[in-house]
Amino acid sequence: MAPEEIAEALKERFGDRITDCVFETAHPHVFVEAEAWPEIAVFLRDDARLRLNVLRCISALDMLEDDQLVAVYDLYSARRPVSRNATWMMGPSCCVKIKVPRSDPHVPSVAGVWPAAQWHEREAYDLMGIVFDGHPDSVTDAAGLHPRRILCPDDWEGHPLRKDYRFPMEYNGIPAVTELDQTRPIH
Amino acid sequence: MADVILESRPDLHVDLSGAEISQQDFPTEEMLVNMGPQHPATHGVLRVVLRTDGEMVLEAVPHVGYLHRCAEKIGETLAPYQFIPYSDRMDYLAGMNNNLAYSLTVERLTGLEAEITPRARHIRVIFAELNRIASHLIAIGTYGLDIGAFTPFFYAFREREWILDLFESACGARLTYSYITIGGLSHDLPDGFVDRCIEFLDYFEPKIPEYNDLLSYNHIFVKRTANVGVISAEDALAYGLTGPILRASGVRWDLRKVQPDCGYEEYEFDVPIGEGTQGTVGDCWDRYFVRMCEMEQSVRIIRQALERLRGTEGQETQHKKGKTIKLPADEVYYEIENPRGQLGFLVRGNGSVIPERVKARGPSFCNLGIVDKACREVLLADVAAIVGSLDVVMGEVDR
Repeated sequence: MAPEEIAEALKERFGDRITDCVFETAHPHVFVEAEAWPEIAVFLRDDARLRLNVLRCISALDMLEDDQLVAVYDLYSARRPVSRNATWMMGPSCCVKIKVPRSDPHVPSVAGVWPAAQWHEREAYDLMGIVFDGHPDSVTDAAGLHPRRILCPDDWEGHPLRKDYRFPMEYNGIPAVTELDQTRPIH
Repeated sequence: MADVILESRPDLHVDLSGAEISQQDFPTEEMLVNMGPQHPATHGVLRVVLRTDGEMVLEAVPHVGYLHRCAEKIGETLAPYQFIPYSDRMDYLAGMNNNLAYSLTVERLTGLEAEITPRARHIRVIFAELNRIASHLIAIGTYGLDIGAFTPFFYAFREREWILDLFESACGARLTYSYITIGGLSHDLPDGFVDRCIEFLDYFEPKIPEYNDLLSYNHIFVKRTANVGVISAEDALAYGLTGPILRASGVRWDLRKVQPDCGYEEYEFDVPIGEGTQGTVGDCWDRYFVRMCEMEQSVRIIRQALERLRGTEGQETQHKKGKTIKLPADEVYYEIENPRGQLGFLVRGNGSVIPERVKARGPSFCNLGIVDKACREVLLADVAAIVGSLDVVMGEVDR
């Protein structure tokens, strides 16, 4: 199935909850509403035409000029061959994007649909600060309920991959500067 | 025997049927065991917190991030040609494959893909497959070490040394190569490389059955790995596992076949899968043995690639635009088959030479996500066998 056909099937089922489709790119994708995402995810996984059973990757993008964060889900379908000795086939593949405001970035978790999302969502929270609601491995702290950090320490402040991230001068007393009279962290 | 003892000791009340023992089981306290981050069996700085009840592991929670270097952030400040050395340092046992993945992604984004000469393409295949053998040799050698078989480790390193010598002759480096770059290769092949490579293959191919005799069918090794840490095909797909681990679960999925690049569609090779020869499909032994079979296939591919290399002498191996190419305001996500699974890069350009966003999907990162599921309700000693069979490289998990 071509990306256009997948977008057509999604629009037919979910109407205007599919907010935008972009095909004139090396990475064709559809934008969906954050609230409808779990329902759409189950549809993408279970629909007989699609069966997107593998979540390759969740990337997070920072669109500073639009004041938005974007969660990018790359999915494909691994199809079992008829003969046992044949190689599995690549079925349709699809990319879904969800735009959320930078000030309050909340996306529902799909860890229940694709367990692979668990670590990707933790990483996207850790480095970009997108909060995945309903994540099975969530913690509560000053920033509220959010997935547990994965790469940075649990007490790290901020989300390093944001475009306006300011590197700290020190972390728990460990200086992050290399010169004595340095007043600005180097990155 | 027991009866005799009991007759001589009427003061002992022992229930020989065992009913009493199973009723009032020995009360053991649950204990948290910290495995790592400095532990020889975790292959780097992986820390797994185990909740144990006696010898049983009830829960295993992996903690990663000790090697986090923000490679993605660095990628946003450097031109793709400058980022190649950083990609080496992600999966430091398969530098060539990492270089290839990032190069192919950027070439796809910029349209340079079509201008790579056949010679550069064939050399890329040769080095990617040589590195696959080198990486699998480490995986197999250190896996034996985890289980307690010390000797195969030295044999594996002996063979790997030869491959590293070949790499050194081509690019001067033995671990972080930066040989495959945007637009082709940093150097053409040195004189006599093809002969030395064929010499290595002729030496290496008969060694594989030797390893099988030494380690694969070793009774103790089979006992430690067969039927341990079974991962079903459904779980493997749902958790996004890729590479030898997915294939060991019986899924014949290889991006070199499914989504061929670099001309892999022209090569003849098989995709080995786990067949449960010693136990169940998807156990540790299958994961180990799939790597063994893949080395044979890599040898086949290299022989064909060397054959194709004939007559391409003199072709350009480095595109002149590679170092300064501007990235269009678009994005691309592309994956290739690394020794450990599918390494993907998402690169987003904005019209300048510096990308706006670089995202790496490390195969080890995704494969490690299964640890808490695979290490539930297993014996403490099996945790080392399971984590070792996943063959993770922490440099890539933490990036």
